[in-house]
Amino acid sequence: MGEFFHMGGYGAFVWPAYLLSAGVLAFMTATTLRAYNRHKRLLHHMEDGGPEN
Amino acid sequence: MFALANPHRFLSYSRVLTPWAGGLAAVLLLVGLVWGLAFAPPDYQMGDTVRIMFVHVPSAWMAMAAYTFMASASLASFIWRHSLADIAARAAAPLGLGFNFLALVTGALWGQPMWGTFWVWDARLTSFLVLFFFYIGYIALWEAIEDPHKAGRAAAILAIVGFINVPIVKFSVDWWNTLHQPASLIKMGAPAIHWTILTPLLIMVAAYTALFVALVLMRMRTEIFIRQIHRLQISTALDTEAPALG
Repeated sequence: MGEFFHMGGYGAFVWPAYLLSAGVLAFMTATTLRAYNRHKRLLHHMEDGGPEN
Repeated sequence: MFALANPHRFLSYSRVLTPWAGGLAAVLLLVGLVWGLAFAPPDYQMGDTVRIMFVHVPSAWMAMAAYTFMASASLASFIWRHSLADIAARAAAPLGLGFNFLALVTGALWGQPMWGTFWVWDARLTSFLVLFFFYIGYIALWEAIEDPHKAGRAAAILAIVGFINVPIVKFSVDWWNTLHQPASLIKMGAPAIHWTILTPLLIMVAAYTALFVALVLMRMRTEIFIRQIHRLQISTALDTEAPALG
């Protein structure tokens, strides 16, 4: 297992590359989902309940 | 393509397609990660740093593909003045910027152990940095101009002009003597990579592409919702003001 994280001595480069990729992809997905849900809810609210207050 | 240009039809198609694209992205990402990290062999020259390729090449590919998508949609918006084309181009930009950023940083993390430097001003890296600035300029134009029609037109022109950089990025490794290695995937004849490394790479490329499709559809749907909300707000404002005017 230690060998896996060591990555033949290149762990200091391989793991940051993967962590950063995971972070940016997760961030793009989260912000997209949050904006989508917020506006979808707002639109439904305005269509069903008349003007928002 | 023109059938999809109707926002209502787009909303109903994209509602079905989005979860499928998202699910496919999740499955492919999982398979690609496990294969790439645990089962693909280290390269005989580059050792385990070759694993950086599984996140570097897909993000670089998506940065270029997203820009091509953005420029094509901008051209369509410019010619047919269709709002959905504007919406598509705008939805792709922040995603392309994210992929572009990842390609630059993972490239630097690969460059340091292999070339002995995080950055070098060679043609590939420089043209890729220029692509990054085109994304930023495009997003900034949308933010800076309040009227969405004017903003859309100005941003579309920038996206179309900036597209000239995409073939420069692609062929920079052939046209100039660069430190960056030449194309490994798309070239005439057999790919330069052994299948044990090529397969997880292709899976990751497919995963990033599916993720882009899911996110761009969702962002387009969001933008349509926002425009509908604005229309409703304007019509309610007019309704409440009308008696006062009369």
